[in-house]
Amino acid sequence: MTTISDLHLEHLTDARDAALTALEDESIHILREVVGSFERPVLLFSGGKDSIVMLRLAEKAFSPGRIPFPVMHVDTGHNFPEVIEFRDRRAAELGLDLVVASVQDAIDRGRITERPGQSRNPLQTVPLLDAITDNRFDAVLGGARRDEEKARAKERVFSIRDEFGQWDPRNQRPELWDLYNGRIAPGEHVRIFPLSNWTELDIWRYIARDGIEVPSIYYAHEREVFDRDGMVLAVTPFTPPRDGEQVRVETVRYRTVGDATCTGAVRSTARTVDEVIAETATSRLTERGATRADDRASEAAMEDRKREGYF
Amino acid sequence: MSDLLRVATAGSVDDGKSTLIGRLLHDSKNVFADQFDAVEAASRRRGLDAADLALLTDGLRAEREQGITIDVAYRYFATPRRTFVLADTPGHVQYTRNMVTGASTADVAVVLVDARHGLVEQSHRHAAVAALLGVGHIVLAVNKMDLVDFSEEVYDRIVADFDVLAAELGIRSVTAIPVSALHGDNVVEPSQKLGWYAGQTLLDHLETVPVPSRGGEVGARLPVQLVIRPRSAEHPDYRAYAGRVAAGTLRVGDEVVVLPSGRRTRVAGIDTHDGSLDEAATGRSVAVRLEDDVDVARGDLLAAAPDAPEPVRQLTGRVCVLAERQVRAGDRFRLRAGTREVKAIVGSIADRLDVTTLKREDADALELNDIGDVMLRLAEPVAVDPYALSRGTGSFLLIDEATGATVAAGMVEQPPAV
Repeated sequence: MTTISDLHLEHLTDARDAALTALEDESIHILREVVGSFERPVLLFSGGKDSIVMLRLAEKAFSPGRIPFPVMHVDTGHNFPEVIEFRDRRAAELGLDLVVASVQDAIDRGRITERPGQSRNPLQTVPLLDAITDNRFDAVLGGARRDEEKARAKERVFSIRDEFGQWDPRNQRPELWDLYNGRIAPGEHVRIFPLSNWTELDIWRYIARDGIEVPSIYYAHEREVFDRDGMVLAVTPFTPPRDGEQVRVETVRYRTVGDATCTGAVRSTARTVDEVIAETATSRLTERGATRADDRASEAAMEDRKREGYF
Repeated sequence: MSDLLRVATAGSVDDGKSTLIGRLLHDSKNVFADQFDAVEAASRRRGLDAADLALLTDGLRAEREQGITIDVAYRYFATPRRTFVLADTPGHVQYTRNMVTGASTADVAVVLVDARHGLVEQSHRHAAVAALLGVGHIVLAVNKMDLVDFSEEVYDRIVADFDVLAAELGIRSVTAIPVSALHGDNVVEPSQKLGWYAGQTLLDHLETVPVPSRGGEVGARLPVQLVIRPRSAEHPDYRAYAGRVAAGTLRVGDEVVVLPSGRRTRVAGIDTHDGSLDEAATGRSVAVRLEDDVDVARGDLLAAAPDAPEPVRQLTGRVCVLAERQVRAGDRFRLRAGTREVKAIVGSIADRLDVTTLKREDADALELNDIGDVMLRLAEPVAVDPYALSRGTGSFLLIDEATGATVAAGMVEQPPAV
C-alpha cells in the first residue's frame, strides 16, 4: 500500500484544501437555495463550532450583502458562560437578530416538566417547536453533520418535518443531484443541514484555514472537574459534585459544546487550532461517544429524539 | 482538481454490502473505538461470535431489526490521499429509487456481486442505473471469494460476464477486484489467498482512480439562485448574480446569454467573499457581475454564448419514478431544473425500460421504481442540456403540486437530429 511518505506533502495539503473548498462551495449553494426558496428562514446558532462555521459560510454566501435571516438559540439555561458570551458577541458583530428559545421559560410556563437529575437536553424539543411556530419559520438551518451519529447519516440535506415537528426516516424525500425540493404544506417546516457532508476534522481544518474564532473552552485550559458516568464533567452551578465524586483540577478541552449537564470534557493539552487538528486526527473516539451522555441512552437514542422533533 | 471522490455502492440484499463498507471503514482506521465497542456489544446481544461490521452502517432501528439497509446513508472517510463521500444505497428491489438517488451524484459506483451466485438480476439493474445516471467509472467488487476457495476461474467467469454487460450498456470504464468483505481480503490489505490477482486493493483503487470531470461537455452554465444587492453605504451600486457553476468554466470577459430571455452580455467580474476570480470551474459557488444592466432573476440560466442551449417548451426525458404514485399522460407536475420551476404536463409516455433486460416496452403508466421515457409540455420555456453532456443542467425533478413530494427524477434526452 502506498504510504504518506510516497506522496509529496505539498500535494496532500492541496488535495485537502481542494476537498474543503468543494465542501464550502456545496454549503454556500445550499444556503443560497434556502434564501431563494423560503419566506422565513432561521439559522440555529448555539455558539458551538459547527454553528460558528455555518455563520461564516452564511457570511460568504451573501457577501458583500448581510446575512438575510435571524439566528436562534435553544437555551437550556445550563450553558457554559464563555459560550453564551461568544454567542451574543458574534450575533452583535454581524448585526443579526438573535431569537432565544428558553427551556427555563417553557418549564416556568408549564409547557414541559423538568425531571430531577436528568439533563435538559431532550427538553429542547418543545421550546424549539414552539419558537418555530410562533415566529412562523419555514426553514430552520442547523449545523448537524451526518458523521456525528448513525441516524444522522440517514438525514437528508432538506429534511421535511410535519406539523408536529416529526421526522419520518422511512418516508423521506429522495434527494438527487443538487436539486433540493423544499416544497411544504402549511404547518410543515424544513430542517436544512448545509454541513451534512462535513466531518469533525473538516470543521477544524476550515476553522484553521479561515482563522475563525471559537469559544475558549474548545482549547485546553485548567478546570475543576470530576468523574460521572464515565465522563469528565465540569463543576458548574448546574452540575455540583455529588457525595463521593472527587473534584480535581485538570487540563481539559471540549469537543462539543452543549448543555453543561451532559457534555463532558476530554483530557487534552491542545492549546492551538493546529494542536486540536492533530488531536482530532488521531482520536480513537467520536466526539459524541467521548462527551455526550444523552446519546448513550440506547442504540437508537438519537433516532428516537429526532423522530419527536429534536434537532 | 477536487480530491473529494463521491462513491455509490450497489449490491443485492445479502451480498455483503454493509459488511464491505464496514470493513472499508474499519481497516482504513476510520472507525472510532466507541463506535466499534457499540457494534461489538450489539453483536454479542444478537448472539454473534464476532463483531458484525454491517451494524456500523445500518443506522435505523428497523434496519438493525431486519438486517437490511432501507435508506441511503452517507458515510465519510478520509485517507492521507483522498476524502470520500460514500452513498450507501440499498440493494432491495423496492428501493431501486434509492440507488438512483445515490448514483445521481456519484463519480464512481461500486457494484457488489456474490462470487457464489455471479451476476444476478439486481447486478444488471445496478449496472444499468449507474450507466443511465452517467456514473463515470464502475468498480466490480466480486465478494465472498472465501466461499469459492478464492477461485480464479470463478472470478474470471464473473468478470467476463460483466464485461459483456458493460459493453451492452456503453460503460467505458470498469475495474474488477476480488474481495472478501467478511475477512478483509483485498479490501484495504492485500490478500495472500488471492496471490493470482495482481491488481490493487479496493481502497488503493478508490484512492487513485482519477476523479472524472463533473463539468460535462458543454460550455459554462450558471443557474441563478438569487440577486445580491446590498444597497449599503459601502456597496451602493453592487449587483451580482449568485450561483454555482453547473457545467464548464466561466471566465471574466466571456460573452454569456441570459436564458430564457436571450439577452446577451459579458461577465464583468466573478466574486467570492475571499476575493475576485478570473475564472470559476464547475462546482464553484460565486457571484457574477455582468457588463450590462440586464434583467436577471432566480430561475434564469447564464450560459456561455457559443453553445448556449435553446430554451424549449417541450422536452423528452428519461424519468425514474420515486414515489408511490403513477405517472400517466395528462398528469400535471411542477418541473424543477436547476433553479427554475415551471408547470409541466405529461404529454405522453413513450415506453418503459426493463433495466434487467434493457428492452423497451409499451406502457400507459410508470409506477414506483419504473424508468421510462416521457414527453413533457412546459408552461414556460426552460433552458436545459442533454444529460449525457451535462449532469448539472440536464437533470430535473417532477414535483407533486399538492403534496410537494418529489415524484420522479429525470434526465433530459438528446433531441433527435433534425
